[in-house]
Amino acid sequence: MRRPTSIIRFALLLAMGLNASLALYAQDDLLSLLGEEKPKKQRVKYAFKSSRVINSHSMEFINPGTMDFRILHRFGSLDQGYKNFFGLDQASMRMSFDFGLLHNLMVGVGRSTYKKEVDAFIKYAPICQSTGPGSSPVTVALVSGITMDGLPWADPTRQNYFTSRLAYYNQLIIGRKFSEALSLQVMPTVVHKNLVQLATDKNDIVGLGFGGRLKLSKRMALTWDYTYVLDGLPETGYYNPLSFGIDIETGGHVFQLHVSNAVGMNERAFITETTGQWGQGQVRFGFNLSRMFQLKKSKLD
Amino acid sequence: MLKNIFLIGGALLLTITNVQAQKFFTKTGRIDFNATTPSSPEKIEAVNKTVTCVLDVASGNIQFAVLIKGFTFERALMQEHFNENYLESDKFPKAEFKGVITNNSAVNYTKDGDYTVTVKGKLTLHGETREVESPGKISVKGGKISASASFTAVLGDYKVEVPTLVSDKVSKTTKITVACTLEPLKS
Repeated sequence: MRRPTSIIRFALLLAMGLNASLALYAQDDLLSLLGEEKPKKQRVKYAFKSSRVINSHSMEFINPGTMDFRILHRFGSLDQGYKNFFGLDQASMRMSFDFGLLHNLMVGVGRSTYKKEVDAFIKYAPICQSTGPGSSPVTVALVSGITMDGLPWADPTRQNYFTSRLAYYNQLIIGRKFSEALSLQVMPTVVHKNLVQLATDKNDIVGLGFGGRLKLSKRMALTWDYTYVLDGLPETGYYNPLSFGIDIETGGHVFQLHVSNAVGMNERAFITETTGQWGQGQVRFGFNLSRMFQLKKSKLD
Repeated sequence: MLKNIFLIGGALLLTITNVQAQKFFTKTGRIDFNATTPSSPEKIEAVNKTVTCVLDVASGNIQFAVLIKGFTFERALMQEHFNENYLESDKFPKAEFKGVITNNSAVNYTKDGDYTVTVKGKLTLHGETREVESPGKISVKGGKISASASFTAVLGDYKVEVPTLVSDKVSKTTKITVACTLEPLKS
């Protein structure tokens, strides 16, 4: 009888132990009784502070129901020295309104003092970077824009067509937020000008853009963008636009301060008409000021 | 021998009753928070309607979990700042409370009525855990339990930084209101 008793004793102890452990378990983690949450597909947000890197469109969209009022300034080139207060005496400007329609759809319209040009665009992302099941490692966005030159006709004596004022650009943005700090993107771009200056100039200009952001702190980031023009620019006098900047976020505003060799503030202007050279000190200060307005508020109840 | 069998049976029975001890839960509880000050230019408030809560009526243990990204603000930009700069929801996706109703015996969960309770436990927010004690209310009605509480949390305690530029526009203490309607958990 000795052996069975000990087995019973063991079983008794086991039962008590189980009991105690279950009680402990229950006390420690009631939430786990509901089972593990299934991982959900979730968009990766805030790759850039703004919908622009500096000059170029970024992979980021403004929130639906918001309007982004943007004021952009490009000053004169630094090599003018003190005479023009390092370019600050001159300023070229673009003012624009962007509207967030969906989380992956936005439109915008702006006007630049340079060539009195009006521009408009639509930007849509069929694929958004996300985590979880069925996720994508990158955001793929498409931008399609149009620009309209507003200057008086260069030669009023000849037959001029309205369409001659127009140029178009189409851009593909492939971008990825690699970490909380680092986001990178490439942007193959085609600009088409209906009218060019010389018979030898090409109507289509093809470029490959690169943009990035490196966060320095929660509210400050280093940014850069560059477009390497592959084809379409005249041999001399035109250069690839390269910009370096700092994004500073202060509540409702984002300030993008930068230096760049480009003066244009739409794709046609900065990709095809950048005449400054970094090597010659022909760079200029500039800033983008972005102020966000909530047009349609979310309901809390 | 017979005595032993009774003992085992008793112990097992205890285990079973313990497992089946009534627990109540929800996955659609609500948390409101408000950090508005008189000098705030805009209302700083948000709501989350996907709060998970489990209550063990036998012990009075109560636990909450909530996803920071689930908070909705009126203004999308405020929500962006809340996630990116203040609560850092990528780094700290969840907030949790694990506590106990200290006067649990005063609540009769089988009888309809309102009971004033005190909840004490640990709140984990932004990766920081602090002791929290708050008065609350338990209402029992037709087999369902409603639990609600309202308390304040000091942002600094949880290392949530408010930049000096907006320090007078965001309250240093936030008012947090919890309301959950719990249903029996079938295990």
